[in-house]
Amino acid sequence: MQLSKIIKLVKGSVVIDGGVEDVDITSVCSADLLSNVLRYGKRGALLVTCLNQPQVIRSAELSDIPAVLLALGGTPEKDMIALAREKNVVLITTFLPMYTTCGILYSAGLKSCVEE
Amino acid sequence: MSESGSMEGSFHLMGGDFTNAGSASSELKAKLVNFGVAQSIVRRAAIAAFEAEMNVIIHAVAGTMHYLITAEALTITVTDMGPGIKDIKQAMKEGFSTAPDWVREMGWGAGMGLPNISKHSDFFKLDTVIGEGTTLEIFFRLKERNADS
Repeated sequence: MQLSKIIKLVKGSVVIDGGVEDVDITSVCSADLLSNVLRYGKRGALLVTCLNQPQVIRSAELSDIPAVLLALGGTPEKDMIALAREKNVVLITTFLPMYTTCGILYSAGLKSCVEE
Repeated sequence: MSESGSMEGSFHLMGGDFTNAGSASSELKAKLVNFGVAQSIVRRAAIAAFEAEMNVIIHAVAGTMHYLITAEALTITVTDMGPGIKDIKQAMKEGFSTAPDWVREMGWGAGMGLPNISKHSDFFKLDTVIGEGTTLEIFFRLKERNADS
C-alpha cells in the first residue's frame, strides 16, 4: 500500500518526508520494544510505535524499514528528527492511539509483519 | 579493501552514549553494502551488530566493534569492558534481562539481545569474565553473496 494512502487513513502529519510518494508499505510492525522490531520487523514494513527517541530510527534503518509512525500524538525528540532526516526514514505522527491506528491499517488490508 | 579482497576495521563504542548508539552498526552496514554483500545478509548482520552494540552501550564502560569481511565470511567481534555475564544459559533465554528500568523505558532491555543475535547470525561465540568484560564473535557465511547481487 502506498504510504501516502496510509497517511490519509490515519490522519497523519509528515515530520520528515524521506520520499513519501515513492514508499510502498508491505506490512506493519507495531511495537514499543525495539528488540521486537529487530526480531520480527520485515523489510518494507511500517513501524508503528509510541517511542519517540532516535534508536527507533536506528532500528528502522538497520532493519530496512522505510517509515515510522508515531501514534498517540507523540512528539519526536530533536535527535530523532535529525536522524530520520540523515537516514532518509519517513517520520509521521498521528493523534490516533496505537490500537486504533493498527485497526485502521489492518482493515485496509495491511497484515502484521509477523503474519506476512 | 586489501589486494586479497578482504576488508577490516573497527569502531570505538562508549558505554552510556545513547545519542550515538547504533552509529557503528550503521557504518558497518554501509561498508557491507559497498563490499557487495547480499542484501539479506547485510540486513541480518546489521541487526546482530546493533544488538551487540546496544549491549555495550547499556552494560559496559566502553568497547570495540571489529569487522573482517572476506569472500567467504563476515566476522563481527564486539569486545567490552563490562561486568561480564554471570549465567550465559540464562542470558540466552528470551525475556531474561539485567537492564535497569530506565533502559527499558527507552525500548531496550527486553531480554532479546543474545537470542536475536543467535537468530540473525550463522553462529556466534561468547567469552565472558566476571568483572572484566565480554567478547562476542558473530559469524556470517557469504556464500549467498552472488545470489542476489
